[in-house]
Amino acid sequence: MRVIYYILQKEFKQIFRNRIMLPIIFVIPFVQTIVFVYAATLELKNADISIMDYDKSSLSKRLISDFEASPFFEVSKIVPNNNAVSDLLLKDKAKAVILIPQGFEKDVLSLDGAAIQININAIDGQSAGLINVYIQQIVNSLAIKYLSSDINVQINTIPANAEIRSRFWYNPGLNFKYYILPGILVILVTMMGTFLTALNLVREKEMGTIEQINVTPIKKWQFITGKLLPFWIIGIIVMGFGLLIGRLLYNMPFEGSISLFFLATAIYLILAIGLGLLVSDYANTQQQVMFLLFFFFLVFVLMSGIFTSEESMPDWAQAVNRINPIYYFMKIIRAILLKGAELKNILTEMISMTVYSILVMVFAVWKYRKTH
Amino acid sequence: MKRFRGFLIKEFIHIFRDVRTMMILFLIPIAQILIFGYVIKNEIHDANVAVLDLSKDNITKEISGRIDAAPDFVVSDYLNNYSDIKEYFSSGKGAEVIVFEPNFAENFYGQDNARVQLILDASDPNLSNLINNYTSAIIQTYIADQTMSNSPNAIITTEPRMWFNEGLKSSYMFVPGTMTLILMLITAMMTSISIVREKEIGTMEILLVSPLKPLQIILGKVTPYILLSIINAISIILLGNLIFHVPIIGSTILLLGVSILFIIMALMLGVFISSVTKTQQIAMFISMFALMLPTILLSGFIFPIENMPKVLQWLSYIVPAKYYLIAIKNIMLKGVGVAFIWKEILVLMGMTFFFLILSVKKFKLYI
Repeated sequence: MRVIYYILQKEFKQIFRNRIMLPIIFVIPFVQTIVFVYAATLELKNADISIMDYDKSSLSKRLISDFEASPFFEVSKIVPNNNAVSDLLLKDKAKAVILIPQGFEKDVLSLDGAAIQININAIDGQSAGLINVYIQQIVNSLAIKYLSSDINVQINTIPANAEIRSRFWYNPGLNFKYYILPGILVILVTMMGTFLTALNLVREKEMGTIEQINVTPIKKWQFITGKLLPFWIIGIIVMGFGLLIGRLLYNMPFEGSISLFFLATAIYLILAIGLGLLVSDYANTQQQVMFLLFFFFLVFVLMSGIFTSEESMPDWAQAVNRINPIYYFMKIIRAILLKGAELKNILTEMISMTVYSILVMVFAVWKYRKTH
Repeated sequence: MKRFRGFLIKEFIHIFRDVRTMMILFLIPIAQILIFGYVIKNEIHDANVAVLDLSKDNITKEISGRIDAAPDFVVSDYLNNYSDIKEYFSSGKGAEVIVFEPNFAENFYGQDNARVQLILDASDPNLSNLINNYTSAIIQTYIADQTMSNSPNAIITTEPRMWFNEGLKSSYMFVPGTMTLILMLITAMMTSISIVREKEIGTMEILLVSPLKPLQIILGKVTPYILLSIINAISIILLGNLIFHVPIIGSTILLLGVSILFIIMALMLGVFISSVTKTQQIAMFISMFALMLPTILLSGFIFPIENMPKVLQWLSYIVPAKYYLIAIKNIMLKGVGVAFIWKEILVLMGMTFFFLILSVKKFKLYI
């Protein structure tokens, strides 16, 4: 027991005396979390659109003022010129260019129907789709208002009326922060666990200091425990710290139980650290560790559903996710934080994660050779 | 010159003999492109939605039918009670329930408003927002059509034309985006690590007492990585083109030229990082933490910069990846020439020189 205590002491000293590494581990990720949470939004606001009005009638002016009133668009009126359309789009001066044709009002009044041409820069297909939807909503509502209220229209229309109400469960404000923050916490903990463990162990290999430990009477299990325990503790502290920041700064919801949250974190950290140990069994240089982990980390993080929910992935990807450690933890943490899941709701994931942790840890320890 | 050649050969051997790292370097872009192409889809296609029809009349059936027929949605379930909604969301079968309130058709043409509720599982807010918008649009179009059904033609129609990307394919975003991310991260990370490694192990001292000049050492260190990164860039472009049909409308030579400029910029950034760090771990964490998120988030790779708060928009001006991404999207997708992207090219050149001068200065100090 005393041996472990000394190793622990050495490890903690080594971690905490490194004046540059500590801020990098703790500060950079948190600063980034705080800042970049605001960047991750797909909400459309103030998109630049240009309108070319060939008609200059009261109806076309009404349409333009409807666009101007919309929070989604920043309208600039452009002198009608067909050649200007491609120029505006090529130079990124406008996301969309709307052409109101000549005779627009006349055609609407005579009920011949008029078509508005919309040119959208669609490189970002998703934004383009949204812009198109919002433009259509504005045009449609003008058409409905016009036909149902304007006495000039001498036809027998029956105005249909329906009201669409949207309700967003679990996240009424559609706050993307609440979705992304748990994801960032998961990434942080994984970084702490896997990356630091593997780098730390391989560093000893690379520098040759592992040989010195190998000739001491320290046993394998003592050495491994002493090496891994600090990262397990640091990981849990980081998680608590991140949670606190999320609560204080963003009022992140915490619907579930704290003990379940930390139980899941503790189990996941065993898995993350076990993976770090496993990688260090095979790699010889820190560079190898870094690229090996970087590769798997990218794949696992992206597939875990950090940006998009797992349900929208194809079946084969969901199958691959069975071996994705981050996937389980991501799902558990989000369910606890956002939906207030209890143990029974996430039992399958918890059991899978626990079994996974034990398997990886046992295999990694078994593979670890104190002597070459 | 002969000395330099010898050094260069040593560097190449150093890098290429580590087969494991080599394989990973080439696998990263391929895996990432495939994941973005097949797994991460922010676009909705055949999304499952459920209908809770408390009215069950012709109009609600027609609206449901329209939603089902739209390419974005499939009506997969019909619920019977409000209480089923929670169960439906927990099961994760779909993210939206469309609720038609009783007497829908009656109210539709009557005095009262006919009410339709869209209830969304917003635990993924972006996705639920998209679904909400698309469903509302379908229903609104239906209402407009009914209002105008007595007139010979629909009175006002829109003719949308999607420029540069008619099919609204997401590959047009993620292929250039992935290329930017990979070139930036791998190049900066590899360079900084391999230089710091020599420092950490102590072999840098040996290099410094050799007759090689500092600039030659830097050049020898970065040249192999230029080659590696160019291979990566070409493989991403080919993958994007062959599998995801992302065109290269503009000049291929210009595209390669800008890419090489960006690679050199990233290399210089890597050299700069290596000149301010002492251990590989720190170099790695700086090039990963400090570069990865800004490159993903502030370059316009996934999230449009215009939608961000002003402060972040200003911050994005110092993110090199932003300029490269604008330039290559313009070349590949719009097919424009230098006349449209000279500003971006100039900024990238400026950044390259900035890091070059900074790191040469630091490097001399180190000696």
